[in-house]
Amino acid sequence: MWHQVLALIVKELLAVLKDRKSRMVLIGPPLIQLMVFGYAATFDLDHVPIAVYDEDLSAESRDLVARFTGSPVFEPLAFLHSARDIDGLIDQRKVAMVLSIDRRFTRDLLLHRPARVQLIVDGRNSNTALLILGYANSIISDFSLGWAKSHGGPVPPAVLEIRARYNPNLSSQWFIVPGIVAVLTQVVTLLVIGLSVAREREAGTFDQLLVTPMRQIDILLGKGLPGLLIGGVEASVIILAAVLWFAVPLRGGLLPLYLGLFLFVAAVTGIGLMISSLAVTQQQALLGAFLFMVPSITLSDFATPIANMPPLIQDLTQVNPMRHFLAVVRGVFLEGATFQSLLPHYWPMAAVAAASLFTAGWLFRRRVY
Amino acid sequence: MAAAPEEPSAALRLDRVTRVFRAGGRRVVAVDEVSGRVERGAVTGLIGPDGAGKTTLMRLCAGLLLPDGGRIAVLGIDVTQAPAAAQARIGYMPQRFGLYEDLSVQENLDLYAELQGVPAAARGPRYDQLLHMTGLGRFTGRLAGRLSGGMKQKLGLACTLVRAPELLFLDEPTVGVDPVSRRELWAIVDHLTRSEGMTVLLSTSYLDEAERCRAVLLMHEGRLIGADDPARFTAGLAGRSFHVAARDFSKRRLHERLSGATGIIDATIQGAQVRIVTETAAPPSAAALLPDVPDARIVAVPPRFEDSFIALLKTGRRAGGMPPAASPPSAPAAPAAGGGDEVIVVRDLTRRFGSFRAVDNVSFSVRKGEIFGLLGANGAGKSTTFRMLCGLLPPSDGSLRVAGFDLGHAAAAARGRVGYMAQKFSLYGDLSVMQNLRFFSSAYRLKGERRRRRIAWAVEEFALGPVSSATSRDLPLGYKQRLALACALMHEPDILFLDEPTSGVDPLARREFWHRINALAEAGVTILVTTHFMEEAEYCDRLVIMADGRILATGDSESLKERLRSKERPDPTMEDAFVALIEAAGAERAA
Repeated sequence: MWHQVLALIVKELLAVLKDRKSRMVLIGPPLIQLMVFGYAATFDLDHVPIAVYDEDLSAESRDLVARFTGSPVFEPLAFLHSARDIDGLIDQRKVAMVLSIDRRFTRDLLLHRPARVQLIVDGRNSNTALLILGYANSIISDFSLGWAKSHGGPVPPAVLEIRARYNPNLSSQWFIVPGIVAVLTQVVTLLVIGLSVAREREAGTFDQLLVTPMRQIDILLGKGLPGLLIGGVEASVIILAAVLWFAVPLRGGLLPLYLGLFLFVAAVTGIGLMISSLAVTQQQALLGAFLFMVPSITLSDFATPIANMPPLIQDLTQVNPMRHFLAVVRGVFLEGATFQSLLPHYWPMAAVAAASLFTAGWLFRRRVY
Repeated sequence: MAAAPEEPSAALRLDRVTRVFRAGGRRVVAVDEVSGRVERGAVTGLIGPDGAGKTTLMRLCAGLLLPDGGRIAVLGIDVTQAPAAAQARIGYMPQRFGLYEDLSVQENLDLYAELQGVPAAARGPRYDQLLHMTGLGRFTGRLAGRLSGGMKQKLGLACTLVRAPELLFLDEPTVGVDPVSRRELWAIVDHLTRSEGMTVLLSTSYLDEAERCRAVLLMHEGRLIGADDPARFTAGLAGRSFHVAARDFSKRRLHERLSGATGIIDATIQGAQVRIVTETAAPPSAAALLPDVPDARIVAVPPRFEDSFIALLKTGRRAGGMPPAASPPSAPAAPAAGGGDEVIVVRDLTRRFGSFRAVDNVSFSVRKGEIFGLLGANGAGKSTTFRMLCGLLPPSDGSLRVAGFDLGHAAAAARGRVGYMAQKFSLYGDLSVMQNLRFFSSAYRLKGERRRRRIAWAVEEFALGPVSSATSRDLPLGYKQRLALACALMHEPDILFLDEPTSGVDPLARREFWHRINALAEAGVTILVTTHFMEEAEYCDRLVIMADGRILATGDSESLKERLRSKERPDPTMEDAFVALIEAAGAERAA
């Protein structure tokens, strides 16, 4: 039996490597996505264009403005002389925020009264707006604190000291790059495996395979193990890139990481084979793969936090293998998570893998068209 | 628009037309310096096996491809210079005509009339004419996707003809069409040329259709190997075709003896006899040809077009011929298990798809060492039956036993007794010949010494040595077929399933193929073959004819033809028998 399975594995790998299109799937998209996600996809803001409308024009207001212009986050584009210019600049997306300092700013400061500073933010992208406000807020409170210290005003009753564990600089690269391991492994495995049975059905070779003495389990292993191999190699390359190129700290052990990877790729392979045996043509298989891929990434915590989703959807994400593998990768990379702490993420992946592989094997022969 | 018959200029003139394709570093000369002409007002057949270059030549003539060399004059217009002017006066129906399956027959006609700019006033009478001619008048409201293969082809033809062209190109209009529809299509083509004076160039891989053409352009491997009146092709072979039969000598052994004999260029099995073509017109004597066969009878028969094709090929490039099967493949390891002599038993087999019965109450049985045929048009249910026998499709009802097992449920080992060769080439195209052999030998659980021996056997027996490292997708059709058979025979099966094994391959490769199959049958292998190709039916010991999922007749080809023999039809062909059976079944249903 192993003899047959081995022959099928060799054949699968040869077919993938000899076909130029399949080779491209293995190399092209991962490389592009690694670069796109690694560099372009980030939640950090820098060089946000702003305009300043300073009605006070005092040493104090200039000090505040300097704190903005000196920050790498903001880039002043214009200094306004009339409140009428504000709307136009924001409307045309020339600036994302206008810092407006009230005429009585210095007077109020000196009188120890609340001094007025207005922030007008482009709220069309609520996410960015919130981030901008957060940065601006921290600059202004820094200013207030400094003023109170040097001029002896009333000190704010409580001062917030923030320390971020695991990612002290809150670099979103540290958050996203380990996520790419999961996303890319899923994309590549699903495409290679998802098309494999459909391609054979189209070419008529699957019938040829079914009339040989191979059993379902042999075909399942012969089709599934190459997926495991390809997914494993793909993931390893990206893990290496994350550590060596993007300098994301790998704090945990490789063993808990690779156990998670094994279960994840097994689950994805099972789903790929299921899609593949249901599809009659490669086109259908491709559509099926994307139909699965999009929600599985959306519901995975990769970019959109699961914690913000309605409870019912949160429960649904439990059957999404990618969600669990993301928890494993991020856990191992940033927290140095151990086998024990990751157990709640291992078994759902194992369950999905078992169910999908079993169904795929059953579909091989039962599928009637 | 009737062209005067005395008009001197040809409808189509080809002058050293060449077209080369490049596929991944390989250079394929699809059309190689073809020169010829098509006369006005008649049907000219462009005849040759698959891959001969017929479609490429048609597309060149229709101005859809540019030649790499040579000149093409369509109705006096140089197609390369003024393709639009030529296209305005021709009609072209490609192999797969672009019917819109979700539109009705009428809507398809309207669409093509619109596309071809036929004025609304002219449409009414033209539609009536076309619908009457194609017999589609009753079906104008039916969706094109719901038509049978033959009707689709006729609708395609009607759509091509909405604007009557002067010159009509038909690319393999009769492929995959049942014999009844095939005759109807030919009647339409005859009508077009005779009553409307149209010129038709029709390509086909069925050599027997040559006899219906006024003139024939015979192509093989990109070259034109003959151009003449079909009668003149066969006239050269007058007195060289014979039937040989012997009472106590099996037809297969007779065939084996005759195909190697000197002075004989072709030997094929035809029903109970062996049909031979001799090198010269001298009638062979039974005593000289078969000295040890006491009651051999040799009867002269009229020559067929195929004989002349074979004669041309054999004399033209003797060196390039196919290697004959060197030795009969080794006998199967063990005799077939199951009900005595009957290796395949099918009882009341039914397969439903929804409310449609693809196979309806079919029963037959196949004996050990027999070549058994399932004959029928596309959609007759033979492929569904075949898939159920192979265990690829569960039956809805009835029972089937192959070597005592139902392959759909049987243990894997049972499938090891069966070899399977699919209709189209279905090996791994990306893999090399040797990689395919290795893979299938492992898939059939061969290992160690036996595996090595069988791979060596396959390479030797099928002369695959020179191409063993070639990517199998790029092989010529004949080699692909050999490789497929080699893979199917790797494990020395007791039973061999063949699905349309030789449709489209050239006659020499077909002969080589059947030669092997005969040797296998002789060695005790049971062979089940499906075909819509009447020629192949002649090789079968027994066959069933299927239509609409049911069996119309069972028997050997001789007895099926015998029913039809009459004064007017002294020598009916298998196709005649088939058409008669289908018509009888149709009449029965109507009654």
